[in-house]
Amino acid sequence: MTAATATQTPTVPATPATRPAYKVTGPRVVRSEWAKLWTLRSTWITLGLGLLFLVAFGLIAAAQYKSRIDSGRHMDPDFASSTALSLSLFGTNFAQLALGVLGVLVTAGEYSTGMIRSTLAAVPRRLPVLWAKSAVFGVVALVIASVGAFITFLIGSGIVDGTPAALTISDSGVVRALLGAGLYLGLVAVIGTALGAWLRSVAGGISVLVATLMLVPGLVSLLPTSWQDNISPYLPSNAGEAMFTLHHGVDVLSPGAGLAVFFGWTVLALAGAAWRLVRTDA
Amino acid sequence: MIEAHGLTKRYGEKTAVDGLEFSVQPGTVTGFLGPNGAGKSTTMRMIVGLDAPTGGSVSVNGKRYAQHSAPLQEVGALLEAKSIHPGRSAFNHLNALALSHGIPRSRVEKVIELTGLQSVAKRRAGAFSLGMGQRLGIAAALLGDPATVMLDEPVNGLDPEGVLWIRNLLTGLAAEGRTVFVSSHLMSEMALVADHLIVVGRGRLLADTTVKDLVREAGGDSVRVATADPARLREVLAGPGVEISGQAGSEELNVIGLTARAIGYKAAEHGIALFELTDRTVSLEQAFMDLTRDAVEYHGTTGIDLPGSAA
Repeated sequence: MTAATATQTPTVPATPATRPAYKVTGPRVVRSEWAKLWTLRSTWITLGLGLLFLVAFGLIAAAQYKSRIDSGRHMDPDFASSTALSLSLFGTNFAQLALGVLGVLVTAGEYSTGMIRSTLAAVPRRLPVLWAKSAVFGVVALVIASVGAFITFLIGSGIVDGTPAALTISDSGVVRALLGAGLYLGLVAVIGTALGAWLRSVAGGISVLVATLMLVPGLVSLLPTSWQDNISPYLPSNAGEAMFTLHHGVDVLSPGAGLAVFFGWTVLALAGAAWRLVRTDA
Repeated sequence: MIEAHGLTKRYGEKTAVDGLEFSVQPGTVTGFLGPNGAGKSTTMRMIVGLDAPTGGSVSVNGKRYAQHSAPLQEVGALLEAKSIHPGRSAFNHLNALALSHGIPRSRVEKVIELTGLQSVAKRRAGAFSLGMGQRLGIAAALLGDPATVMLDEPVNGLDPEGVLWIRNLLTGLAAEGRTVFVSSHLMSEMALVADHLIVVGRGRLLADTTVKDLVREAGGDSVRVATADPARLREVLAGPGVEISGQAGSEELNVIGLTARAIGYKAAEHGIALFELTDRTVSLEQAFMDLTRDAVEYHGTTGIDLPGSAA
């Protein structure tokens, strides 16, 4: 602990020889952000909600499908062509909101409370904070979403067993799609984190997040059809969806391409956040 | 040791900090004094890299703050605005900051003890009173056992006991050889703790001086004396280091450099009758106001222009 005093400049008379050697390192910033994440009640509540949305809505969708098949009631074609996988992942849309919003809170919440001043005084190089926050929360969201997706599928596929939608975990593409859903939600969490850091406002971050994931696809449908076909697959929500759908139509990207495009959007959001973090006063 | 060279910060048209040159030395308490809006907080934010200077530079122990490998060990800062998440407990707040530097848990417990927060350390910081919040901010500032402690308006909103505690803390830290840099808009508070003073107004350096020198420059302590024969009294009192002023035709004289007692004796020796003999102590508050009169950002309309009264 005393070794570092040898490298201290003599201009610091206030430092006795026994001064411990503290140092900011990447892993330590990650540990700090990990501790920050779990010491707020909002984290537990929002993550719990996200997991609940993912599992509950998936199971409700599966149960609905099963009861309609059994009763022979009419189903609209979209719902009739469901698979155990698409039914189980029905909750993704809702879970992405919870995880994305929590992502925004992780960064923008520090600006709204003033915590950011303590954070950046401790890590004045700034960028490690953004990377650590994104990595910590992205991985947490990825793990929780993947676990949730697998649980939902295992129960959901049991519910729709014996119907046209039946699939098992060993069917081709199922594991890939479930992991894809987990990865998608993990990246949504990172995008939320980046938007929060970019806009420095909880309300602004959530608005942009909801607009990109839910409103823009609707607006694009107002464009001429030829434009739509060129733009639509590359939108964040559609590219992301391609990561966890089983059957790919002509107007949908392949899972790999979907991942690449969605990853690109994530990088774009992070780049914007990094630019603002470095360039603007805290 | 903090050194500022031509430190400047502009927000659009407005210049908040205008070419500040100063250095803050270790082992003493340096007061950073100025009316509201003088640029004190902006300067402190630039020292810890929260704001980037528009021009010039400021270094801490020879390097920019961000270039240090353990910034919290160089400068511990309490900024004016709250810098906590209200949902986190005091312990968790300090521990999260400590983790970024590899500061051990024992040090976190030490600063909690040092600031008297033991009983509330597990409570949400958002529920803290102003005084408790201030103590938490100081605990965070001391976390890295920093060579420089920088506090922005630390006594704001504190009760007398809290003010006394801060005073003792500051002098204690300086006695340990640390650099202590404290801002305030209250001269009276600064006079009690600071040895050195850096006075700013409208972002400019008005004085870089000691408490003693500031008083002397402001006219020092003088004695007012009235007599029927001021001309003769002048002759009697004249000597090296003695300054006498008075208006022609007036019976009153203003004497600097002699005590009231000495003046009384001398007048008695020479049989001069005195009508009045009054000590006039220039208060630091007055000296400060004289210095910053032109630099006060927001003038009151009541005619009473106390720099501290707006807060």
